[in-house]
Amino acid sequence: MPVWVTNFLDRLSATFIVDGRWHWFVSGLSYTLLISLFSVLLGLVIGVIMALMRLSKSRLLKAVSGIYIDVIRGTPTMVQLLIIYFIIFASANIPAWIVGSIAFGINSGAYIAEIVRGGILSVNIGQTEAGRSLGMTPKQTMLSIVMPQAMKNILPALGNEFVVLIKETAVVGMISNIDLVGAARKVQGRTYDYLIPLLSIAIIYYVVIKIISILLAKIEKRMRKADKR
Amino acid sequence: MIKVTGLKKSFGDLEVLKGIDQHIKQGEKVVVIGPSGSGKSTFLRCINLLEVPTDGEILIEGESITAPKTNVNKIREKMGMVFQQFNLFPHLTVLDNITLAPIKVKKMPKAEAEKLAHELLGTVGLADKADAYPAQLSGGQQQRIAIARALAMKPDIMLFDEPTSALDPEMVGEVLAVMKNLANAGMTMVVVTHEMGFAREVASRVLFMDYGLVVEEGTPDEVFNNPQNDRTKEFLSKVL
Repeated sequence: MPVWVTNFLDRLSATFIVDGRWHWFVSGLSYTLLISLFSVLLGLVIGVIMALMRLSKSRLLKAVSGIYIDVIRGTPTMVQLLIIYFIIFASANIPAWIVGSIAFGINSGAYIAEIVRGGILSVNIGQTEAGRSLGMTPKQTMLSIVMPQAMKNILPALGNEFVVLIKETAVVGMISNIDLVGAARKVQGRTYDYLIPLLSIAIIYYVVIKIISILLAKIEKRMRKADKR
Repeated sequence: MIKVTGLKKSFGDLEVLKGIDQHIKQGEKVVVIGPSGSGKSTFLRCINLLEVPTDGEILIEGESITAPKTNVNKIREKMGMVFQQFNLFPHLTVLDNITLAPIKVKKMPKAEAEKLAHELLGTVGLADKADAYPAQLSGGQQQRIAIARALAMKPDIMLFDEPTSALDPEMVGEVLAVMKNLANAGMTMVVVTHEMGFAREVASRVLFMDYGLVVEEGTPDEVFNNPQNDRTKEFLSKVL
């Protein structure tokens, strides 16, 4: 075997096999996915609330959500994460993945708010008029008629936001080593090899995102079929 | 039943309704005709406050709907509205379209609401479509479902906003037939339409509107066969 091949295999082994280091990657990937999932769910809750506030008639609610969306979108995610971890939760002993989920959820909420707002506005005004003309309150009309249709319209955009979040969560490495990037860094610390661990997590990210994208495309396709019924 | 006094409505600088006075009594079938942009639809939409009047007063069964403290939702329960574009809820089955408001607004038990819905579907001739989704139905069928949906709230008044204008010609008849049955059953109706045949046959009173005013009104015979106003004459010569 040529020397470069054995050399490469040695480095691969040092990254994954020695001391069962592949466990770090598995655990890192689980945390990456866990944080992404929690963030997108929290983001959805915040996003829906913010979108409704933005569309409400109250000037105060409008202003609050406007400022929220403006500030979150106008500052780097990393800075938001550091502020939440080192300042807001500084004295509280909360696991890093939860702090990360909260930070990314708050961040994502601002983007999802705009997606949800667009979704609500995309529902024909006639739907609201039909609901109101039947004696339903604005709230009932929003919950039983407009929201279900809006949510269906924005599902592709939400899936996209989830994919974006998976990549964004790499920033969580600033506060902890628990995620996929953390796994690579732990390996680097032992082997002083940068190439193989970083290349590996790049491939893992790519494959995971590819799989999720394909799944989302399938769901979207099935939903479009349901429309034709 | 419906008393309209000095009703005005402006959209920005455009004054669409310039002062309408009308008294619609119980059981009357009022058909509103007139050229596009004459304010017919706006007049109808003001009656159930889908448009908020700029000025004037509207009393429904003696209650002012334009007063600031009115519970709009309560008043709307008494009035069914049928739209040009049907506006069925696409994410719900036909049955759920009809039962949604009775269950949510009137707190009617689900079983009772569904029984009522099946009855109404029979009335509009679509008893077999309960489990269909709106997208699976033709325009005429959708509009009949929309009528059933409005009737499910047991309204005292039915408002129709050009109910056949978005339909293919061969489907107009089935919707008009349902409306005629409703009229014969004694429902108070206000209908904005371009169907002159329907107006002639069903209306107890015809209103001709132009430029935001009721220019002429009377029985179908008076308005269609012996119009007094020049604009009425001109409009009728074009559409008849």
